[in-house]
Amino acid sequence: QGPLGSAPVTSLLSLAVTSEQIEHLHRRFKQLSQDQLTIRKENFDSIPDLEFNPIRGKIVHAFFDKRNLRQESDGLADEINFEDFLTIMSYFRPIEMNMDEEQLDRFRKEKLKFLFHMYDSDHDGKITLQEYRNVVEELLSGNPHLEKESARSIADGAMMEAASICVGQMGPDQVYEGITFEDFLKMWQGIDIETKMHVRFLNVDTIAHCY
Amino acid sequence: GELNSGLLDFLLFGSLIAAVDPVAVLAVFEEVHVNEVLFIIVFGESLLNDAVTVVLYNVFESFVAIGPTNVTGIECLKGIVSFFVVSLGGTLVGIFFAFLLSLVSRFTKHVRIIEPGFVFIISYLSYLTAEMLSLSAILAITFCGICCQKYVKANISEQSSTTVRYTMKMMASGAETIIFMFLGISAVDPRIWTWNTAFILLTLVFISVYRVIGVIIQTWILNRYRTVQLEIIDQVVMSYGGLRGAVAFALVALLDKEKVRDRNLFVSTTIIVVFFTVIFQGLTIKPLVQWLKVKKTEHREPKLNEKLHGRAFDHILSAIEDISGQIGHHYLRDKWSNFDRKFLRKILMRRSAQKSRDQILNVFHELNLKDAISYVAEGERRGSLAFIRSSSTDNMVNVDFSTPLPSTVESSVSYLLREKAGPVCLDMQALEQRRKSIRDTEDTLAHHTLQQYLYKPRQEHKHLYSRHEIMHSEDDKQDKEIFHRTMRKRLESFKSTKLGINHSKKLNKIHKRDRGQKRRNSNVIPNGNIPSENPVQDFTLKEKDLEFSESEENNDYETLHLGKGVDFLANVTKQNFTDPPAGIDNPVFSADDDQSIYTKFSPWLSSEDTVVPSQRARVQLPYSPNFRRLTPIRLSNKSTDSFLLADGPEDRSRSFLTESTHM
Repeated sequence: QGPLGSAPVTSLLSLAVTSEQIEHLHRRFKQLSQDQLTIRKENFDSIPDLEFNPIRGKIVHAFFDKRNLRQESDGLADEINFEDFLTIMSYFRPIEMNMDEEQLDRFRKEKLKFLFHMYDSDHDGKITLQEYRNVVEELLSGNPHLEKESARSIADGAMMEAASICVGQMGPDQVYEGITFEDFLKMWQGIDIETKMHVRFLNVDTIAHCY
Repeated sequence: GELNSGLLDFLLFGSLIAAVDPVAVLAVFEEVHVNEVLFIIVFGESLLNDAVTVVLYNVFESFVAIGPTNVTGIECLKGIVSFFVVSLGGTLVGIFFAFLLSLVSRFTKHVRIIEPGFVFIISYLSYLTAEMLSLSAILAITFCGICCQKYVKANISEQSSTTVRYTMKMMASGAETIIFMFLGISAVDPRIWTWNTAFILLTLVFISVYRVIGVIIQTWILNRYRTVQLEIIDQVVMSYGGLRGAVAFALVALLDKEKVRDRNLFVSTTIIVVFFTVIFQGLTIKPLVQWLKVKKTEHREPKLNEKLHGRAFDHILSAIEDISGQIGHHYLRDKWSNFDRKFLRKILMRRSAQKSRDQILNVFHELNLKDAISYVAEGERRGSLAFIRSSSTDNMVNVDFSTPLPSTVESSVSYLLREKAGPVCLDMQALEQRRKSIRDTEDTLAHHTLQQYLYKPRQEHKHLYSRHEIMHSEDDKQDKEIFHRTMRKRLESFKSTKLGINHSKKLNKIHKRDRGQKRRNSNVIPNGNIPSENPVQDFTLKEKDLEFSESEENNDYETLHLGKGVDFLANVTKQNFTDPPAGIDNPVFSADDDQSIYTKFSPWLSSEDTVVPSQRARVQLPYSPNFRRLTPIRLSNKSTDSFLLADGPEDRSRSFLTESTHM
């Protein structure tokens, strides 16, 4: 039996991941899921190196986030199948040489949207200060010498920076609710994200970390 | 002319002429400011090819010595093996000395004077050792520098670091000059002038052509593995930037006339090649770069958000790599930094330096400082922070600070802060100059006031004679104290004029951000104040909920690292908080009560040394340009901040300060 049913293949090919890579990812998926058809959150615990990652929680969460799985609905899925797994992975595919402007733009938006969803944990479409603080605290939690206070001030500072970029000079009565996706895009305007957010599958037969 | 050389001689010549020279490349590329990737590629190539050059040169020289007939396959094999030995050996020597240097620098706390000495000597030692062992010396010293940088930088004092940096630059500059001068002088030696047109021309042509070919092939290979592809323009710069320099000349000058019969020809050709590449290519590379619109180094302000997101990306990518079971760059990098944190740091870094600040925190801190400085600068510019106590302040106030005064030394605080100079010192002369327009009585008054508060004429460091220490005179500490005290007062008075009582908000924020970390004994900017924990439930800005910083009066001046220069700490003293009126009372909204503010602040009536902002200050609050970091986020309508009030429509601020007809 082939690794995939016929139906998902066509949609997957549109994701522009090569079939070798699909093979490899499938093998990995099977490992993680222990030969089941779906993965749950607990399965991610079996990856030892992930423990050291400070924002592990958010990343794992992102895998199950329905907004990332391109479903119109909201909320969290309990388990994901291989197709969903691939969908998430496809956010990280490298840029192809033959993409045109519009595709590039769409590409970029998708990646940024993924990031945005990660930050916006309550799914309301805005990153509020509390959420941002949360993220920053987690990010900096890896460094044992950094206290929570400092993390919080950094988050505040960053938020203000964002406010100044997005809204400019605020009048005395204005209130900045939170970072919306448009603001988020604005923040990232000058910076190229394409090179930052992709995982290169160097050789697909790399020493996979099989445990 | 005639050529008497065989293949081996030419191979020898080829090996030494092909190498790109780090000195020349560095000298030229520093001018040009191309983007970092390109610079590193060319410069890195020139550094690392030293190993190749050395090996090839030695190999071919020995081949030439033993004669072409004796060269067998074994010899070639030995040559190849020696390449690996030389390069790896050089690297290992470098790493070993880096380890040694970091270890030594860990223990030099009490002998700070000789810290730079260690750095220089041990790095040079790595060079000499590698030379002695016939390994690649340049690689040794390069890797020594690369590996030890992080630890040494953390261990040695600020001053030693500066010393090392500037001395290195000076010596490097001097050495480069001497090298090229020597090159020029030896070119004028008629004994070596041998001219063979064809040879020289062909050499020139070939080195360019083959370089281009080499670059293209290798770029093609590399591009298959690179995220950011190297484009044609990059390749052009890379080929064009291959300058030959002194290394080639040195090697050729070492050739033995007996063994290599065409030595003189080689020497003169090398000289011509070097001159050609350095002069012609070096001069024209800058216009070329501009014409081709190569991407230059972008100097951008570090944004907090960028750093944060960058960090987030790194983690995300490592996670994805882990999940997908790949060994990717991030995985390796994480592994390395774990290893570094667990073992290397403990061994090589001083204990106090081990708790290093996160990079993000550094950026954050810098940004805060910048904001604070700009704020003060702006305030000064508007004259609002000119603190003068006098009954006849009319003239004083109307000194126009907005136009730049023709004094060479800016005596504004902000200038000092920007300079981050050593201890505060101001030239009394300059200060006097600035106040020329004021009448004499005010002059002396101002003089005394200022002197009392802040400005002390520059004093020489009274060096108590000690060979091993630099003693800093006590005055430095005092200067700092005075400075801090004054700054504090200025800011307090500034904020309190505006809205009376409880306006520590912005100062809180400044304060809160200035303290990066609450450690006391650190060699970064310390702040002895530990704010009390005021838990904030959610960030609606009610007055009470703001995180107050109840600062203690004990500024740890002992922990002030004297090397840091002027540190701006906006400390808020507790005495200024009168009890907040019951409930959430935002003074802004009690605009009707502003009369009361002024009763508290009649300068001629106050007996203590209050620092009072000038009349101008009260009328016109300093315009704080878009600094968002110092203003609290307003997520609810409940409060506005004095700061933002200043930015807001001018009439608003004026409306409640209209009747300032005091004085």
